[in-house]
Amino acid sequence: MTLKDLIDKLLGRQPASADTARQRLQLVLAHDRSDLNPELLEQMRREILEVVSRYVEIDLSETDVSLETEDRVTALVANLPIRRTL
Amino acid sequence: MSTTRTILICSGKGGVGKTTTTANLGIALARSGASTVVLDADFGLRNLDLLLGLENRIVYTAQEVLAESCRLEQALVKHKQEPNLALLPAGNPRMLEWLTPKDMQAIVALLEEQFDYVLIDCPAGIEDGFKNAAAAAREALVITTPEVAAVRDADRVIGLLNTQGISPVQLVLNRVRPKMMSSQEMLSVDDVTDILALPLLGLVFEDEQVIVSTNRGEPLTLSDGNSPAARAYSNIAGRLQGEEIPLLDPAKMRRGLRAKMRELMQTKIF
Repeated sequence: MTLKDLIDKLLGRQPASADTARQRLQLVLAHDRSDLNPELLEQMRREILEVVSRYVEIDLSETDVSLETEDRVTALVANLPIRRTL
Repeated sequence: MSTTRTILICSGKGGVGKTTTTANLGIALARSGASTVVLDADFGLRNLDLLLGLENRIVYTAQEVLAESCRLEQALVKHKQEPNLALLPAGNPRMLEWLTPKDMQAIVALLEEQFDYVLIDCPAGIEDGFKNAAAAAREALVITTPEVAAVRDADRVIGLLNTQGISPVQLVLNRVRPKMMSSQEMLSVDDVTDILALPLLGLVFEDEQVIVSTNRGEPLTLSDGNSPAARAYSNIAGRLQGEEIPLLDPAKMRRGLRAKMRELMQTKIF
């Protein structure tokens, strides 16, 4: 967070738009590059959870399946915390 | 083996500065002594002639050359003030169907016999017009602006260039507004180069002189003018030819108290 962000927050102003632009672009490009729309991604997420749940107990509130892009390589990143069985 | 550099100038999105870049680079390369031809592959909506001030001098196009109804020399339009530069429209605006990737390769092969640089001004879009224009290119410049739609479209184009084996592909960031960047209301230079993962060949600042020069049909690089865009295009031409010219830093464009205040505001506090 920068000084400007803090002042913006205190005054209830919108954050600078470049950040928003970058985040929106990263998301839309990950989908463009993989040819996966949000709906298909959601369906895949459900199926992955279903398969993994057969083997281990997953903390459903903490799961995160998303597309991430770095240097023109797009990866499907799934973070599925396993519940402690104790 | 030809040593000609055949460079596609493309962007995906329309209106980001492909034709302006082609005209200014063409003139700058020619002024440095390289024999250069600019090929207008956007012949359905051709404008390169207009930006170069050559709109009244077109008689033939590449189409007539390939049909052998005229010689290449008759179709090439030499620039008045800069005789090292020639313009060749790829086709007649009324005959949209004739050009194929094969035609493009044939005409570029002819041009490569006599020019050091062949710059191909690509149409907007990623459909047939783009594919035809790209068919004979060896390398490419992708023009984009720091706006979400332009960057997204550039990304699609880069994907297509990669699958066609065109290399190197370099980036020109156009219409940069240092003031907006410093207040973080515009994607930064790093944002764009990180997202597109291309080497940056140059940045061009937003400059009213570009409009003045298109009004006159005299590209900025034609004179030794010192407007920001004129310098940027000359630098890009120099870098294309292997000169090491440092990139301008938009943050350094703004000095004084206000800039210092802005810097202070961007300091990370936690």
